[in-house]
Amino acid sequence: MMAAQSAPAIVVDKLGKRFGTFSALDAVSFDVRRGEIMGFLGPNGAGKSTLIRVLCGLLRPSSGRAVVSGIDITQDPEAVRKRIGYMSQKFSLYSDLSVVENLRFFGGIYGVCPGAINERIRFAVDMAGLQGRETSLVSTLAGGWKQRLALGCAILHKPDVLFLDEPTSGVDPSSRRRFWTLIHELSAGGVSVLVSTHYMDEAEYCMRIAMMAAGRLVALGTPRELRQQSIGGELLELECANIGAAMDLVAKIPGVHDVAVFGDALHLLVDDGAETARAACALLAEHGLPGASARQIAPSMEDMFVHLVRTARAQGAAAGT
Amino acid sequence: MFGRIAQLLIKEFLQLKRDKSARFRLLIPPILQMLLFGYAATFEVFNVATAILDQDHTQESRALVAAFVHSSRFEVTTVAATRKEIENAVEVSNAQVAIVVPPGFSELLLKGQSAPIQVLVDGTNSNTALIALGYIGEIANSFGQAHALDLAQRSGRALGQPLVHVDVARRYWYNPNLNSRWFFVPGVIGTLVLVTIVNLTAFAIVREREVGTLEQLLVTPIRPVEFIIGKTLPFFFIGLVEVSIVAGVGMLWFKIPFVGNPFLLLAGTCLFLLGTLSIGLLISTICTTQQQAFASNFFVLNPMFILSGFSFPISSMPHVLQWLTLLDPLRYYLIIIRGTFLKGVGIDYLWPQMLALATIGLILLTLSVMRFRKSLD
Ligand SMILES: Nc1ncnc2c1ncn2[C@@H]1O[C@H](COP(=O)(O)OP(=O)(O)OP(=O)(O)O)[C@@H](O)[C@H]1O
Ligand SMILES: [Mg+2]
Repeated sequence: MMAAQSAPAIVVDKLGKRFGTFSALDAVSFDVRRGEIMGFLGPNGAGKSTLIRVLCGLLRPSSGRAVVSGIDITQDPEAVRKRIGYMSQKFSLYSDLSVVENLRFFGGIYGVCPGAINERIRFAVDMAGLQGRETSLVSTLAGGWKQRLALGCAILHKPDVLFLDEPTSGVDPSSRRRFWTLIHELSAGGVSVLVSTHYMDEAEYCMRIAMMAAGRLVALGTPRELRQQSIGGELLELECANIGAAMDLVAKIPGVHDVAVFGDALHLLVDDGAETARAACALLAEHGLPGASARQIAPSMEDMFVHLVRTARAQGAAAGT
Repeated sequence: MFGRIAQLLIKEFLQLKRDKSARFRLLIPPILQMLLFGYAATFEVFNVATAILDQDHTQESRALVAAFVHSSRFEVTTVAATRKEIENAVEVSNAQVAIVVPPGFSELLLKGQSAPIQVLVDGTNSNTALIALGYIGEIANSFGQAHALDLAQRSGRALGQPLVHVDVARRYWYNPNLNSRWFFVPGVIGTLVLVTIVNLTAFAIVREREVGTLEQLLVTPIRPVEFIIGKTLPFFFIGLVEVSIVAGVGMLWFKIPFVGNPFLLLAGTCLFLLGTLSIGLLISTICTTQQQAFASNFFVLNPMFILSGFSFPISSMPHVLQWLTLLDPLRYYLIIIRGTFLKGVGIDYLWPQMLALATIGLILLTLSVMRFRKSLD
């Protein structure tokens, strides 16, 4: 037990998962320390849910190895299940049962002993801020409340590791902040959390971030490290009329490696910021799009992410041919 | 182990308690279907429109006509005076049967000879026609026998040729009036329970898969056996209640006698439910959406119904199909339920059926437990 506590909570080594010929996870390796919050970012289909499902024992890995809470997931999946909590991407509690009935049910299924169950339910209700709604049917709760209840159901049996698959999707910003506060409290109590998200801003709440694209891990580090990592050039923000037309034009300027739409502006990855800024404005004016302005900016997490995803896709395409 | 099963049972009953339409769905359709089947699913024919032409005009001929009318099988719609009229009645108007008592009928009868009558039948609905013809034969026969007996007693003469149709009588032993409702209603109980329980079980699990609660359950330490027991036990009880209700309707409303041992029927029902629950389970392990489950249920239940011998005699099926019927749990249950209801036969006669049901049930259950893995792929 002591060894399991000092060892990493999750060890993933060259984990792969294929669906037929399609590779949803491709040699993914990382560790999660005890009490760490590890965020997984990635576009749709990146393989975040597949990774979490493999680690929870819902899917069998096709290759590689994973150890959760000191137990190999393929050798003893039942022992792993006793030590993990899981919130699936789709809300999946019983909506025709009340808050307490759901908690009692999952507590019983997880084998929380009858003497402790009431205290655990109390704890979960307090943590999730569901006081006064104990007898409400789940179907009558708003999104944020449901999400917190689902978290409550997942921690009744005091798991070592929590897997949260996009727990905050479709929830309003204040509920999201509250949810992240809960996650930090759990982590302070020693629970390791592996959480996936679509929201870039949520990356800042994580201790470390893993970026995934097309089944592969493309970056791993603290939010600070990732922001500082070179994205292979300087970044220009270009504001102009008719972004669509401008995008095609500026992409042809020598020294421009990448163009992406960010809100109502374009972000250009270039070799020399000052020179390309002048060239781009001149080119756009020439083609009847005057009044463009370009300035050099520091890359954000999202720029970093877009860059990594594109690089991964390009490599994937090259590897595929 | 029992703690988890108990939790599942509590959950299922809470959900059932909340679902007001479920209680309605479980009670009303089986009762309605029982009533519908009880009245519609019958090979009997009543009140056949009949035309009568009595050309003999004697006490005996009138007695014969009266025998037809009193049977309630025939309703005289036309009393014809001529041959032409009676032919018209069958061809033009709606008489399905015409009975002609020719002149000299009573004369032959009194001499103790065979006295023919003529019957015209509208063969358009061949089923009704055949059945009506059968009744006419029976009624005429028993009239003849009664008359011969009467004549023998009065004349003190020994009966020359006894007209007793022993073999025919023996066929209808357990159902003396050849009341086909007696035959059908017990069968309906089996059919209704089969459909209800397979549907309920398959849909209950597929629904959890569809809404995602099954995925949530699969990451818990619950064992497949625990899940399957917790999930099917409620339907086992529902099945028992359903059998009691539908059987109650059959006995109280249709006055079907129950002459057998109720515990034998209970045992047979339990074994039958084991099979039906397992079929539902198997379907649920194959289907991921309720739509697929619906299609599969249809695909599975219809052949089971046809092969059960409920309405089509197994002995008239081609040999291949006769072999297939051996795999159909409903086939065995129908024998058990008809045997206990109508004949009161015991375990010494029904044990092969019980054994077959238990074997099929256990094999299907094992298959579904094996197929039910705790993973999504
Ligand atoms: N059971 C399955 N069979 C076949 N392909 C699958 C299966 N599950 C997932 N996939 C495919 O694997 C890829 C990764 O899916 P996954 O759900 O892991 O992505 P994700 O990163 O969670 O995306 P999202 O942000 O949309 O949730 C997708 O292309 C998906 O279509
Ligand atoms: Mg996902």
